[in-house]
Amino acid sequence: MNSKEMIARRIAQELRPGMLANLGIGIPTLVSEFVPENHGVFFQSENGVVGLGHRPPEGMEDFDLTDAGGTFVMAVPGAAAIDSALSFGLIRGGHLDVTVLGGMQVDERGYLANWMIPGKRVAGMGGAMDLVQGAKKVIVAMEHTAKGQPKIVRECDLPVTGVRRVSLVVTELAVIEPTDDGLLLRERGPGVSVSAILEATAARLIVPEMVPEMRF
Amino acid sequence: MKTAITVDEAAALIPDGASIMLGGFMGIGAPDRLIRKLAEIGRKNLTVISNDTAKPGYGPNPLLDVHAAKKLIASHIGKSPEAQRQMLAGEIEVELVPQGTLVERIRAGGVGLGGVLTPTGVGTEAQNGKQVVEIDGRPFLVEKPIRADFALISCWRCDYAGNLAYTMSAQNFNPVMALAADVVIVEPHEFVPIGVIPPDDVRTPGAIVDYIVGRAH
Repeated sequence: MNSKEMIARRIAQELRPGMLANLGIGIPTLVSEFVPENHGVFFQSENGVVGLGHRPPEGMEDFDLTDAGGTFVMAVPGAAAIDSALSFGLIRGGHLDVTVLGGMQVDERGYLANWMIPGKRVAGMGGAMDLVQGAKKVIVAMEHTAKGQPKIVRECDLPVTGVRRVSLVVTELAVIEPTDDGLLLRERGPGVSVSAILEATAARLIVPEMVPEMRF
Repeated sequence: MKTAITVDEAAALIPDGASIMLGGFMGIGAPDRLIRKLAEIGRKNLTVISNDTAKPGYGPNPLLDVHAAKKLIASHIGKSPEAQRQMLAGEIEVELVPQGTLVERIRAGGVGLGGVLTPTGVGTEAQNGKQVVEIDGRPFLVEKPIRADFALISCWRCDYAGNLAYTMSAQNFNPVMALAADVVIVEPHEFVPIGVIPPDDVRTPGAIVDYIVGRAH
């Protein structure tokens, strides 16, 4: 199991039947692959689909039906198609149970930065600022480090996506929950020691006596 | 009954320097023939309002490739290397707007509202230069409405009364933009007799559609 798959599999465990969930581009999109077909979670995408399905069989794509990343998908029974105003009404209005977003940095306040690197890469925030603001629960899916540099830092030096504390951060090394007191280390990756996590993290972590391994 | 015009006639309506809204999300539901025609006839100094710039060859990219736009208002340009290059090189002015804010600003422009109060972007760079107001103790950004000279939209079905219906994720910004421009030009995928689109399924009433682009021959 590679890092990305591990992160996606761990986050899939957070989804419950009946939830309305939004998956961002990248590792978050992978999460749906680890949710069983008849699980009962509904995936919403910014482009106005409530009830995204898996990829269609080769050659059977509906050219008017993609996920928010532009990949052709199917829709599940009970799906709905809506315009962008209603789609973001769902997001901003607190109707979305959970969003899973990629991240460039998360800091001790639980703030997420994931939309630009000044002077280098200016992708734009897309729907991320609305999702961070409006979803009931925000889960960040990202690799623990980038080119050896920690992505979990004391304070984001990249522009933040919102000033709301995210709910959970899942990496291949750890599951971390931002709390009132700081970043709480909840789980560690299979075979990963707490000291290895601390070494790969620039932020201060609250380490309980027992830190169980992630289970799959 | 409405009649159609050609894509050449439609493009000729749009002058240099016009502001144009383009429907579409990652190129899905974009008025592709109109976009390519405007690029082909060499329109310049356009202000383009579009959710995103899609990947190369899709959405607004044909216009960006020939430097037809002086300004772009969008939420995401990450899939278009040319849009990013032009922005970083200062060849195009880009206003990045959170997606939910962008669609609501366009909606406000289309339905006669003076703006939108949104919590999205509070405390981020999206707040720069914006007024913040407190409602019941919560901060909101004051976001102004957006209108354009032209809305170029696409739809699934169009009947002979100009009523429009959309399908799946090709709906996106199209019905919202149809209200927010002085002139609305639609590029339908199919034409159907009146009644085939039940009144309950009409998302854009024909009354607000100014021009219909006919089939390619």
